[in-house]
Amino acid sequence: MQATGFDAWALSLVVFLPLVGAIVMMVIPKAEEELHKLVAIVASLAALAVGIYVLINFDYDASGELQFVVDKSWIDVINSRYIIGLDGLSLPLLVLSLVVVPLCIIYSWHHIPEPGNPKAFLILILILGTGMNGTFVSQDLILFFVFFEIVLLPMYFMIGVWGGENRQYAAIKFFLFTLFGSALMILSFLALFFLADGTLGGTAANTFDMRALPAAATVINSTTAVWIFGGMFMGFGIKVPMFPFHTWLPDAHTQAPTVGSVILAAVLLKLGTYGFIRIAIPILPEAAVEWAPFIGLLAVIGIIYGALGCLAQTDMKRLIAFSSVAHMGFVMLGIATLTEFGMNAAVFGMVAHGLITGMLFFVAGSVKERYHTLEIARLGGLLKQAPKMGWVLGFATMASLGLPGLAGFWGEFPAILAAYNPAAGLAEETFRTYMVIAAVGTVLAAGYLLWLFQRTAFGEPSDEFADEPIDDVLSTEWIAWGPFLLGIVVLGVYPNLLFSITDDTVVSIAGLVTAAVGG
Amino acid sequence: MLENAFIIPLIPAISFVLILAFGKRLKGGDAAHWIGIAAVGVAFVLSIVAAVQWIDRSENAASGDGHAPVAEHHEHDEHDGVHTEDEGGESHEDSVGAIGAGGGASTILLATEADDGAAHAPTAEPVISQITWFQSGGVKHEVGTYVDGLSVLLLVVVSTVALLVHVYSTEYVKGDRRYVHYFAFLSLFTASMLFFVLSSSILQMIVGWELVGVCSFALIGHWWEDGENSNAALKAFLTNRVGDIGLLIGMIILFFAAGTFDVFTINDMIAHGEIEHLVLLVAALALTSAVMSKSGQFPLHTWLPDAMAGPTPVSALIHAATMVVAGVYLVARLYPVFYDGYAIQSSSFNVLALTGGFTALMAAGLAFAQWDIKKVLAYSTVSQLGYMVMALGVGAWTAAVFHLFTHALFKACLFLGAGSVSHAAHHTFDMRKMGGMKKDMPVTFWTFVISSLALAGIFPLAGFWSKDEILVGALQGQSTGYPLMLIFGCAVAAMTAAYMTRVIWYTFFGEYRGEGHPHESPKVITIPLMLLAGGAVLGGLANLPSPVADKIGLGGFAHRIETYAEPIDFLGPLGFSVASPSLGMALVGLGLALFGILVTYLYFWRDMGPHGLTERNRYAKAGYTFLEKKYYLDVLYTDIIVGSIKRPIARAAYWINQNVIDRIVDTAGESARDGGKWVYKYIDQGLVDGAVNGASATANTSGEGLRLVQSGKVQHYGALLFGSAAVLAIIFVIVI
Repeated sequence: MQATGFDAWALSLVVFLPLVGAIVMMVIPKAEEELHKLVAIVASLAALAVGIYVLINFDYDASGELQFVVDKSWIDVINSRYIIGLDGLSLPLLVLSLVVVPLCIIYSWHHIPEPGNPKAFLILILILGTGMNGTFVSQDLILFFVFFEIVLLPMYFMIGVWGGENRQYAAIKFFLFTLFGSALMILSFLALFFLADGTLGGTAANTFDMRALPAAATVINSTTAVWIFGGMFMGFGIKVPMFPFHTWLPDAHTQAPTVGSVILAAVLLKLGTYGFIRIAIPILPEAAVEWAPFIGLLAVIGIIYGALGCLAQTDMKRLIAFSSVAHMGFVMLGIATLTEFGMNAAVFGMVAHGLITGMLFFVAGSVKERYHTLEIARLGGLLKQAPKMGWVLGFATMASLGLPGLAGFWGEFPAILAAYNPAAGLAEETFRTYMVIAAVGTVLAAGYLLWLFQRTAFGEPSDEFADEPIDDVLSTEWIAWGPFLLGIVVLGVYPNLLFSITDDTVVSIAGLVTAAVGG
Repeated sequence: MLENAFIIPLIPAISFVLILAFGKRLKGGDAAHWIGIAAVGVAFVLSIVAAVQWIDRSENAASGDGHAPVAEHHEHDEHDGVHTEDEGGESHEDSVGAIGAGGGASTILLATEADDGAAHAPTAEPVISQITWFQSGGVKHEVGTYVDGLSVLLLVVVSTVALLVHVYSTEYVKGDRRYVHYFAFLSLFTASMLFFVLSSSILQMIVGWELVGVCSFALIGHWWEDGENSNAALKAFLTNRVGDIGLLIGMIILFFAAGTFDVFTINDMIAHGEIEHLVLLVAALALTSAVMSKSGQFPLHTWLPDAMAGPTPVSALIHAATMVVAGVYLVARLYPVFYDGYAIQSSSFNVLALTGGFTALMAAGLAFAQWDIKKVLAYSTVSQLGYMVMALGVGAWTAAVFHLFTHALFKACLFLGAGSVSHAAHHTFDMRKMGGMKKDMPVTFWTFVISSLALAGIFPLAGFWSKDEILVGALQGQSTGYPLMLIFGCAVAAMTAAYMTRVIWYTFFGEYRGEGHPHESPKVITIPLMLLAGGAVLGGLANLPSPVADKIGLGGFAHRIETYAEPIDFLGPLGFSVASPSLGMALVGLGLALFGILVTYLYFWRDMGPHGLTERNRYAKAGYTFLEKKYYLDVLYTDIIVGSIKRPIARAAYWINQNVIDRIVDTAGESARDGGKWVYKYIDQGLVDGAVNGASATANTSGEGLRLVQSGKVQHYGALLFGSAAVLAIIFVIVI
């Protein structure tokens, strides 16, 4: 069902308003720094405002169905169409992306990293916004792919230009690694296009329409489907990132400027996990069942391995980066169970990880600004020198280790729970083993996070910084962080805010899996 | 109040937020405690109201003559809100009379089979109020409050001790650098603990369980400037996390076995044999590991003595009276899981009973080798928690809950007393720097002695009654006795009395060995002490055995905890029975305690016995060192296990990351670059020069900053990758 009136424009506005802002900024002279900031914030807030309109007018009783759908012809020659729409699975991630972008711009107000140039920096953030929003609403594989790739370039430049000392290496690694995955992913998309049978009005037709593909792809024979799934696995799995394709992540995070890290952690990684649930599993459920034990294995390896990696780190930011590997492991474990519980947990985990790890990177960025180092051994006594920031860090570490009552728990625990009883067709013994390993991972998570907190916040400040005046949290920081902190608490206390939205869509996806195994 | 019990934890939770937000503004923080005291005071009053209403409700539900078949387990619907079914009640006096007449032999039968006149009055239905917490797969999972005798008892215990500790703290931590935070976290702890005991779903129990843990973390590490304190805080949290693995897994198993998180349904299904025994056994084993960490049972007890690094009132509240009994409460709440899982009814030995019994013994031994008064009390707490766990293991449900209640009173009193002593003795907890304080601080002395006697189980103080019930429970068991547990229990009875006598000797008798002049603490400290000591004297009334109650003219006042708290409806179908009081056992228990006191008295006061044995005898010395080193468990955990994960294992993993996995990536990148160079040199320059130059030129104009990047290179990489992708695509298509 197509949307009409303003509804038909709403999602397109959400996607392209940041880009409009970016284009406006391109014609404004570089010296007008304040004006640039203003345009950037206005553009991102405008997108958020339309997003809120969407949020209000979204029919929550039909959250399993696509809403605000637009279906226009786009590239006729390959039958790729401009199809966008929103359902309960996309909505939370779209909102996350819409909220994170303006907050990052606010944070950047006084924190434009070296070598400056707010114009270019903010333009890149806005382009990122368009790419991310677009990915979450696309319902056509080519459209999805375009948005998926759009985010690469701004992030590449962000790391490569505004990053740390080793920025070029990190930027190229990030770019190539993801591009490599994308190449395989587009291959799979093409294979789907050629092999799936999207019969339209009696005539066989090839299609990229994600709404039609689950039915259309049933004609693909199962061996081929497993290969096609493999291509998508590489594309999405590298983005997540899953062990052993994670090595770009610590470098990228460590070198990226603060808001780059925040966006990367909060939204970009979710493009991969979202792709699994949105595309790979519903279109090829049978292949998903074949792959699931393997994905689950990599996920739990990631959980333990990421945690051990964290314990070995001497740099705060790199530690947080490694923790992403572990946390995304929980998300992937949830997905690998192919159950309603697991996939709901995964979506919750994505949002929670976005908020929590985003928050941790913000604090790391602010610590770096004040102390000019993130070397854990040189830090200490943050609670003494900047008590509020210390408490924010403590809060974020608690959230990150999955403390119940805060958001992280609801991504972690249900994922572990789901592994006890995976979808039909998956070996219980295997997944129960994963469950135990994942549960052990929660102990290690508490270990590295609390150890980090102890070494940076507890104790006395090191002699080096003891006499230096350290600013506590600034007002722009409060504004940028406030929604993150609030979101972590609210979702933690009342998780149904998210579960009730995602559940319907997840149920129908899990239903496809069950049907595939049964049939 | 029973339907709206959520208010009770909500008030301290609001207090937490208020203190954090405004605490600093109240007289620069010096008055922050008023918010906390007011909130906890209200929670206390409401808890009492809830208790009274619950008693009223059970009296109404009690059917007097024991003949009327009371509705068998009513078909409940756990999702439809409040259970407010009241069953027609006759006078409850009769029912108590019936128990008395039956000589106290109160074998509990399923209500419908209750026709022998000795039946226990059926307890009232719990009052459950719930709202949807989250949904998954279309199924709604609820959060809410579950009010019955057990949770009401815990509400009263928690709010009472919390209130007294709040008041006491205003003096004890006066002028502390983080006075406001201290009270904020006390409030948060109180809220979390009350939330936990009211849990209507096992998921909610996990949440409450972890929240009290984090408050414990924050308060143990209250003085985090000192690395030792923050180490203790971390140790507490991480040890608990280890046990939590079992908690998560156990709860997950229960969830899938019952299809719900709902406590009521789970218990009900087990009672009606709807869950397989083996499943319950695994769940019980997993949950036992959680009990080990939270309630300080061997081998996960090591965090609890270290937790004494926190302020003393915190030790009294969290690490003696309330949080550490969460594990005991968990078992009591989900008792059918353990009762069926461990086959408590028909066995004379099980993991739970062994854990408890062994812990009680082991910790009592360690209490002798401590010089820090708080650590003696900590090991004593571990030991007493072992008693409770053992009681649950042998099927003495009521005895465990009863002991939980009395222990909270006298142990809180002891900790606060230790705090008072330390307040006077220049802030030391080392008993070698105390002594002779009897005359300087009479109130502290007497309350401490009374509570010690209660702990030792001396007639007629609180601990005597509850400990006696545990021993009787072990003696009689359900169908067979638990002989090993009985031996453990008896040994611990003597040891407890002995180590407490030792503490009293070193602290209050002899000459003062510390600095300055000790003085009695102000009233804010002594009044809570006196109130708690009063509880230590009278606490036994909560569950007097009926023969005794009859004798002293309190016939209607026997077995109150049993009457109001025991969830017979669940346990009934399992054939649960309560041990009958035994005069012989009581005399033995008392005798052992007196023996312990006598021996220690002779050793210290009369200077008799083998003094200096540890110096003279190699074996005695080795034994003492073994105790002093706490069985070397800390070395095993901290140095060997944690140390190896933190350093070599983590570093090895990271080395592999950098030198194997990442090396592959880099090599791939480098060969691609070399390949690219080759292609560039021989193909690109020769063939498609113009096109690439055009692309680079475009890239170079896209901003000054962007030019810093090796944009040309990216183009090549991109081209190369897409080129190889194209090749792959061709292969792919051919293969398919």
